[in-house]
Formats: sequence, C-alpha cells, structure tokens
Amino acid sequence: MLDTSAFDLRRYIQGNTHNLGVWITLFALIIFGLLRYENFGGTYNVSSFLNYNAMFIVISVGMCFVIMAGGIDLSVGSVAAFTSVIAAYLSPYGIQVALPGAVLAGIAFGALNGFFIVVMRIPPFIATLATMLGAKGGALVISGAQTISIDWSSNFTKLGLELAFGVLPWTIVITAFVVVLFWIILEKTSLGRTVLAIGGGEDASAMMGLNVRRAKMFVYVLSGGCAGMAGVFLASGFGAGQPLEGIGWELTAIASVVVGGTLLTGGMGSITATVAGALLLGLVFNILNFENGRGVISLSAYWQMIIRGAFLFFVIVFQSRVANSGKRGTH
Amino acid sequence: MTQDNHTAVASDTTRKLSWGMITQNGGVVALLVILLFNVLVTPNFLHPQTLFVNISQVATIAIVAVGMTLVIATGGIDLSVGAIMALAGAIAPLIFTSAFAEANPELGLALAIIVPIFVALLCGVFNGAMVSFLNVQPIVATLIFFISGRGIALVLTNGNLQTFSNPAFSYLGTGKILGFPFQGYLVIVIAVAVWWLMAYTVFGRQLLAVGGNERAAQLSGIPVKRVKIGAYVICAGLSGLAGLIVVAINSASDAARIGNLMELDAIAAAVVGGTLLQGGKAPIFGAILGAIIIQLVKYTLLANGVADEVALIAKAGIIILAVYVQQARKE
Repeated sequence: MLDTSAFDLRRYIQGNTHNLGVWITLFALIIFGLLRYENFGGTYNVSSFLNYNAMFIVISVGMCFVIMAGGIDLSVGSVAAFTSVIAAYLSPYGIQVALPGAVLAGIAFGALNGFFIVVMRIPPFIATLATMLGAKGGALVISGAQTISIDWSSNFTKLGLELAFGVLPWTIVITAFVVVLFWIILEKTSLGRTVLAIGGGEDASAMMGLNVRRAKMFVYVLSGGCAGMAGVFLASGFGAGQPLEGIGWELTAIASVVVGGTLLTGGMGSITATVAGALLLGLVFNILNFENGRGVISLSAYWQMIIRGAFLFFVIVFQSRVANSGKRGTH
Repeated sequence: MTQDNHTAVASDTTRKLSWGMITQNGGVVALLVILLFNVLVTPNFLHPQTLFVNISQVATIAIVAVGMTLVIATGGIDLSVGAIMALAGAIAPLIFTSAFAEANPELGLALAIIVPIFVALLCGVFNGAMVSFLNVQPIVATLIFFISGRGIALVLTNGNLQTFSNPAFSYLGTGKILGFPFQGYLVIVIAVAVWWLMAYTVFGRQLLAVGGNERAAQLSGIPVKRVKIGAYVICAGLSGLAGLIVVAINSASDAARIGNLMELDAIAAAVVGGTLLQGGKAPIFGAILGAIIIQLVKYTLLANGVADEVALIAKAGIIILAVYVQQARKE
C-alpha cells in the first residue's frame, strides 16, 4: 500500500515537471505579448487567434491519445483536407449535416488506420503514412483538385463568424467541449486507463485481460474524428474545402503533443498540456506578426518555421534532461 | 497409392516453394509484373527516351533511399531528408551566382558542391547527436529539421525561385555518359560503395548489430552512439547530393518545392526493398529496386492517363502491401 502511494507521488511530480515547462513558457510569452503590444489582449486578437488555432488544437488532442497508446497518426493533415471538401459539399444542407458528415468521413479514415494496425498488424507509422497518401489522393479526386466553395447562404458560415452565447465563436466553444470530453475520457473512464496501459506495455496489458485491440481501434477512430472536425473548421475558416491544405499538420500536432510534455514512447500524457503546446506553437506565429507590425524588424513568415523548430529543440532538450534526472532519482 | 501420396507431398512442397519465392522476392516479381504490363499496354514504353526519363527521375529517390536504408537499419527513421535536400539545393545557386564565383568559376563551382553537402552533413551530425546523446526518438529528433530546415532554405533565398544558367553545374542533372544520364551512374557508384561499406567494413557490421539489438551491441563494446551518428550523417549527405541533382535538372531552385514528400518516397522505397522497420537489415540494392518500383508505378499510371491523385492512392496501396507481406513472412 505504502509502495503504491510512493510510486504515485513520484510519478505525479515527474509528470508535472514534464508539463511545467510548457505552462511557464506559455505564460511568459503571453505576459511578454501583453506588455509589448497594445492590441495583443484585445478581443479581436484573442478571438481570431483561437479561431485559427482551433483546428490544430483538435487534431493535437486526438494525436495525444494515439501517442499515449504508443502509436502515431501521420494521416491527420490529409484527412482534414479530405473532410474539408466533404464539409463544403454538404454545406448547402446546413451545419447540422455538414459537421456530422465530415466527422464521419474522418472516423472512416480512422477506422481504416485501425484496421491496418490492429487487424493487418502493420506498424502505425507505415499504416498512417499510407492513409495519408490515400486521403490526399482522395481529396484531390473528389474535388477535381479545385477548392470547393461553401454555400454562403447556409448556416454553415455561422460556425466561425457567429458568437456562441454572445462571447466566443462556435469553433472555440466546440473545441473547448472536445477538450473537456477527451480529458474526462482519459482521466475518468476505464477506456482512458486502458489507453495509458497499452502505451506503457502492450503485451502486459493484453495479459492483464485488457481489451487492447478495441482500445487501439478507439484511439485511431478518435484521431480520425478529430481530423474530420478540423476539416470542418478549415472549410469554415477559409470559406472553401481545401484539398491541398493539411501538409505538415501531422507534424504540428506531434510537435504540440511533444511540447506538451507527452513522451512519444506512450504510457503517459496530458490533454491540457497538449492544448498548451498547441497554443504555444501558434503564439510564436502571432507574436511574430505583432513584431513585424511594429516595423522594427521584418521577419518573413518563413522564420516561423525556424523558430518552431528551435522551440521543439529546446523543449526536447529540457524533456530529456528531466527524464534522465528522473531515471537517476529512481535508481 | 504410395506413389500418389508422394506426388501430393511433392506438389505441396512445390507450391510452398513457389509461394515462398514470391514472398521472398516480392520486389523482383512486382518489378517484372509492372514491366510486362508496360510493354503490353503503355505506348512507346520501349523507346530509349522513356528509359532516360525514368532514370533521371528515379536517381534522387534511389540516392536518398540508400541513406534512409542505413538509418532504418539502426532502428531509426529520418524525416528530414526532404528539408535537407531543400537546404542544399538553396545554398548551391547562392554560391555560384555570387560575385566571387563569377570571378573564379572553377573554385566557385567546387564550393557550390562542397559547401551544400558539408551543411547537409552537419544536419546529419545534429540528427545523430540528438538521437544518440539525448536519447530522443528518431522521429522527433528529425522532426526538428523537417520543420526548420526548409524554413532556413526559404529565409536564405527569401522564398524566391532562383534560376540560373550554369552548364558545368547542370551536368549533375542533365549530363550524359555513353548516352545514359550522369545521375544513373552516380546511383550505381553510391549503391556499390554503400553495399561494400555494409558488407565488408567493421562499421557496416556494427551498424547491423546496433539495429538488431542495441543493448547487446552496447554490451559487446560496439560504439553505438558513433555508429548511429554515422548512419544519420551518411543519410543527410546523400540527401544533400540529391538536392543538388534536383536543382541541376531544373536549372532552378525553389526551396519550397525541392524534396517535398521525399521522406515518404524514400521510406516507401526502403520498405518495398525489404528493409525491416525494426532495424537490423540493410538491403541496399533492395532499396534501389524499391525506388525503381515506386518510380515505375508513378510513370505507368501517368503514362496511361491516370491522374496524379490516383497515383498517390496506388502508392499508398503498394506500401501497405509490401509491409503486410514482410509482416506475414516474419510470422
């Protein structure tokens, strides 16, 4: 009994040091922005920042589940591009059809990933790579390689424009709902525990009688559904289905998860820290825009790629030092 | 009666043998099938021009795939190859169009080849050091350059397309020896050299040992870290060379496009060629075969009027099939 609680405490502290970095950096950047730029904390900036980053947050939390289970999903960007086209095609029927339709299409790709990985036993990296290519090709086929405009007379346009409860755009409210839902699944349900157990050790989990196959299927379906939702946001944000978008999104999502302190080896992770990671990566770009707006420096958009890479580097170095010192502590 | 039995057993063994031969040499069988299909269906397939086009296009995939095979053989993966191609491809024209190189053409040309490859090698040292000294998973370690490498290339060129006319440099991509494209010979030289490295040198043996069982390799006194860094450095150097070839073929350098999605082609070629993703195996000529298959499938579909998009889906199918067969063979 004593042993268990000691282990939990250590794990808790270690878990928090992993997450601590991202929160400190996020708050430091926000304070820096608030002090330096006049309109940084204004309603317009906050709202448009969250609105734009909603799709990245959604795919990142889906990716977080996959990574916690010890897998990876490289197909999210292409699937989002595919479902953005589906959403645009369904937009004349209204948001009540377009949103579930696109999410279902995403879930179908997730199920395909799950089939490759669980039934055909193909490594996740390769299986989702293939789905990435397939979804990209599929998006180009169904759209004829053109952007597909949404129906501007339908209520689909309200998604990104209309304020829910007069406060924030619907995209942000939906994203918040997804995040809370996922947090509950991870922290409060047996399925969430099973996902973590699989990431910790798949064979051991199977021997304990956990339904490994079902949980693995679940994480890929979940990630696919998230990509589907991101596609809806993409279509609403750009006013069109974008078959060519989504390149590199999977890496942005992985970066968000890693920056959020989740180890790629699986078995541990945090939904909230992943959201913080996604916000942090987005904020780099936002601050770059403000800095350019002041006219003192002029950094092209290309710099954001370099800065993101550098961010990732520092977070990884920090993580590996924490992980190594943790290892030393337990010996 | 006994005779019948005997025949039955014999035919059973033959069937097993032939099935075994197909799974063992799946790549060769696939290549023959594609070639036969092309001879029968594709117009002008036997024209020499077709051969030259395919050789000059397959060369870059093959060169990068050889490097990727070494990295995968250590149990790693390198996502940064495309970005490193872009970086090397952006630097070369910057050098030989500079005032210094115009004044000293020979020295300028030499620098335009040496400096980009040196920079690529440095990227490889970085990747390798991240993987071996910081114990970062290869997919994350190489993600850093995947994101920022292309960013650096775009910043260096300000995102502009660099066009040039430099016959000496363009020889890399358009030169011909005995009527065959120069880069075809380059592929053969590189493949033989790396094959020799893997088969006859201590480094090659050590590399396979590290991929087969890292812990055991460590315990038997193999310098695991150095060997791993070596694999990433070779892969990055070859990627740099491939970047130069792409630029030379086009007489233009577009940092946003060079090597786009090359990591996928290279991984696919390696896997189709029989490289195990778990490491411990480095079939160099298999990777070349894989690159040829990938290129030929692309060519076959395009030459028969199938859209580029559908070719992507076909590529996805090939990857899944190749890994599935590999997986089945293991079990």
